[in-house]
Amino acid sequence: MLYAMCFFLFVIGLYCALVKKNMVKIVIGIMIMEYAVDLFLIMLGYRAGGVAPIVGKDEFDAVSGMVKSSFINASVDPLPQALVLTAIVISLGSLSLMISICIRTYEKYGTFDITEIRRLKG
Amino acid sequence: MIIPLPVFVAVPLVTAFFLPLLGDKRRFGATILANIATGVLLVAAIATIGQSGVYQVGKWPIPLGINLVMDGLSGLVILAVSVVGFAAMLFSAGYMERYTAKPKYLSLFLLMVAGMNGVVLSGDMFNLFVFLEVASIASYALVGFGCEHEELEASFKYMVLGSVASMFILFGIGLVYGNTGSLNMAYASRSIAETGLTRGLVFALGLFVAGFGLKAALIPFHAWLPDAHSSAPAPISAMLSGVLIKTLGVYAITRVVFNVFGISIQLGWVLLVLGVLSMVAGGFLAIGQADIKRLMAYSSISQLGYVVMGIGLGGLIIAQGGSTAWASLAILGGLFHLINHAVYKSLLFLTSGSVEISTGTRQMDRMGGLGKVLPITRATCTIASASIAGVPPFSGFWSKLILVIAAVGAGYIWLGAIIVFVAVLTLIMYLKVQRYVFLGELPENLSGVEERRGSMTCAMVVLAYLCVLMGLLLLVPDLKAAVLDPAVDVLVNGISYSSRIISMP
Amino acid sequence: MKGMTIIVKSISSWVKMLIFLFGIYITIFGHLTPGGGFAGGVILACSFILLMLAFGREYAEENLSLGLTSKLDCVGALLFAAVALCGFFFGAAGFFVNFLHQEWQAGQATALKLVSAGTIPLSNIAIGLKVGASLFMIVLILSVFRCDSSAGKQEVS
Repeated sequence: MLYAMCFFLFVIGLYCALVKKNMVKIVIGIMIMEYAVDLFLIMLGYRAGGVAPIVGKDEFDAVSGMVKSSFINASVDPLPQALVLTAIVISLGSLSLMISICIRTYEKYGTFDITEIRRLKG
Repeated sequence: MIIPLPVFVAVPLVTAFFLPLLGDKRRFGATILANIATGVLLVAAIATIGQSGVYQVGKWPIPLGINLVMDGLSGLVILAVSVVGFAAMLFSAGYMERYTAKPKYLSLFLLMVAGMNGVVLSGDMFNLFVFLEVASIASYALVGFGCEHEELEASFKYMVLGSVASMFILFGIGLVYGNTGSLNMAYASRSIAETGLTRGLVFALGLFVAGFGLKAALIPFHAWLPDAHSSAPAPISAMLSGVLIKTLGVYAITRVVFNVFGISIQLGWVLLVLGVLSMVAGGFLAIGQADIKRLMAYSSISQLGYVVMGIGLGGLIIAQGGSTAWASLAILGGLFHLINHAVYKSLLFLTSGSVEISTGTRQMDRMGGLGKVLPITRATCTIASASIAGVPPFSGFWSKLILVIAAVGAGYIWLGAIIVFVAVLTLIMYLKVQRYVFLGELPENLSGVEERRGSMTCAMVVLAYLCVLMGLLLLVPDLKAAVLDPAVDVLVNGISYSSRIISMP
Repeated sequence: MKGMTIIVKSISSWVKMLIFLFGIYITIFGHLTPGGGFAGGVILACSFILLMLAFGREYAEENLSLGLTSKLDCVGALLFAAVALCGFFFGAAGFFVNFLHQEWQAGQATALKLVSAGTIPLSNIAIGLKVGASLFMIVLILSVFRCDSSAGKQEVS
């Protein structure tokens, strides 16, 4: 059910990006989509009652030198967290570029309304 | 000679970050360095023809670490990226002199090349997404590089649709990870083959088709392409139309559909219908354009339709259990058209840039008679136009011929008719370019126009020679066996990709 | 931008060093505790952004100019690439190979200490430099936009 909520948030972002007329609101819509996907990825790795996947000295098995399997079975999946961190970094770059283009466009046209920014046709 | 695969990503990336250290003053040194980087990539791409292998980054074994995969399909697309990148970089040495921040342009260009090479080599879905975003963000910035009204508008439009597409792809990757427990393409594919397509995976497949379709600008998703490709500086238009939409769109979708999910009848029809729609609608939209670069941009949609149609037809025949010979012929036609289109469409955009820098306009009705004052541009543009329209000795003819033969041979006669019809449409639109730009009377205000010689004409001549010689790739059996056949095998063999990757050392 | 009141200025002149130090801590302990290059770099950039908000953009730019951030950004990226490329030349000959890493054994003294994870701390430092410089550069450039456009408007009116 929670996954469906993620998808709902994604669709809200998509609606905002495609329907709104203001450039800044379009950017906000795209970011909502981004965060919906991040939330989805984080929830993929969730385990009810799990522990954080940080390995300390106690979690090592003294005999084999590996991490104890009981710890592995109790901890949440760390891979989606790495994915989300990377996705956040990428979205930061994309967001800053979008915002700077919005500002530049505002300087040129004097408006954020995309219905008035229409020099390209066809 | 074995070339380590990270070279394709590391060389442009390191050069891209080194160039801004030179500062804005040393433009000449930066240009030379960037040209050397693309030259190294071209040499490396030619040296890796026929090589295949898996590279484990950081020596981590496959399911744990990121792996780079070089097989026939990757080799073909890397070759196209390197050739077009080399020519476009050579062209920008002369063309970009009028912009102030040339070193920044060069480093963004190299970042885009690094991203594309990464997409093609990656054997890991999330890694593919990261490189796809590197290439996309660099291209958003490059489209808006001039910071004029039209360029900013086109860049914003491209960026919004591109970001939506990226989010679709990331959502799809998340669904694949949730359903298969692996991000590695080979392991995900093995897991899908065991469980079959669950509902989540079907949803992921829909997201992938929409996302990569948006990146490839297939016809329902094409709104951004004409604006972005016509507003960008000419070498960037050549890169975008020539290779970016192919690596981020067509390559990625074929890799995911054929090698990870496995082709099915429905998917084959989806690709076929998208391809045919793009071919026909793109052709009709192109004919009415008055702006030379917009015309070429719409014709890119139409020609990309050929590629997707060929690949989709091959997949459809495989999924229906038809004869493998016709299927591999259709896929061969699609892939050969992909690499042909990369060469001649980038050449066409470079000639349009040469015309634009000489005359200062892109409207075809304000030109005329330029054939006398721009002889090299005129000659190369005629070769490229003949090639794209499918006039016999040039490269475009051979790929369209193969597609027609495959369509008719597999029993889709109507498809063959559509292919021939769109080829005629293409001929008409490029006759229009020749008529309005190079023939007729020279207008008064353009009488003092001169051709810029040097690196720009050099790049155009190199690509024009390639246009003429590309047919050899098909007609000489050794070249065909080295370049095209391995790529076709990768797609025909479909999901046995996973077992090959897992068993490779 | 002129900066804020004397209260904000004096407090932020105390706090900025602590934030900067915390950023360095997060960066170089990235392989042992949560955090790492990106988070540490963001905190490093935040200390300069605090400086910019409290004292004005000119003061912050005197401390760390736009040209220098751009160069530091590139140096960070090149350092990261150098760490990755060193894997080719030392040890097992491969891209991104952790050539400083020793096989961990139970009871070994260096395990989970600061100098223990081979090239990972080096990569973290490079990423911290890159992220810190580029984030500060983004904020600086966006604020330049704002000043330019407001100046342009004043001329028009």
